Amino acid sequence: MKIIYFAWLREKAGVSEEEVNPPESVSTVEELMDWLKGRGGGYAEAFGDRSTVRCAVNQEYVNFDHSVAAGDEIAFFPPVTGGRQNIEDSK
Amino acid sequence: MIRVQAEDFDVGRELEALSKGNLGVGGVSCFVGLVRDRAGGEAIEAMTLEHYPEMTERALAGIEAEARERWALEEILIIHRYGRLQPGDRIVMVATASAHREAAIEACHFLIDWLKTKAPFWKREETPTGGQWVDARTSDDKAAGRWVEKDPDAAE
Repeated sequence: MKIIYFAWLREKAGVSEEEVNPPESVSTVEELMDWLKGRGGGYAEAFGDRSTVRCAVNQEYVNFDHSVAAGDEIAFFPPVTGGRQNIEDSK
Repeated sequence: MIRVQAEDFDVGRELEALSKGNLGVGGVSCFVGLVRDRAGGEAIEAMTLEHYPEMTERALAGIEAEARERWALEEILIIHRYGRLQPGDRIVMVATASAHREAAIEACHFLIDWLKTKAPFWKREETPTGGQWVDARTSDDKAAGRWVEKDPDAAE
């Protein structure tokens, strides 16, 4: 499956997109985030606090219990922004 | 019509084109968003808008379709820019044309509120002390939320 990262999630992950092949036990967005977090480093930071993470599967907003499968395009990003409030840890 | 582009746009020309040839239009409402030079007391030197191209047009088309369902509109125009913008630059334009002013004004207000919470854009501001991603605003969610409760029939 293809994973795309935006904004500070892209900066933390260190890549804008990548092809991944998680184990079969990974069947939901939540499980995918757990698996990605397990890679450590920037991924652990990116998926540490999920209250500021949003997800789209095949270009549709989804909840974290949504299923994921091979061939899907999965995007992770912060809530969309029309205004301001700084996040200290994004520098 | 929806356009997502890096280039600037001419508001007068866009408004003229919007209703041209449609004599059923009795009113056009328009909102133009600009980049401010200050945010939260801090000077802004520039702002970069990142977006998710494959999803942006789909999200905007969904917002447009919802506005058309709720109000009797002749025309809708949404232009959203991405890339690096400086204070004073135009960033977004929403225009709605209808037979009557109420539908045009309310739909325009609805569209800009929903753009701020639904369209997949992220802003990074450049300030004298460095760059920072702009976090989502609760006030924008509240502004968009006002349209959830509202009875669309009451708007016409």
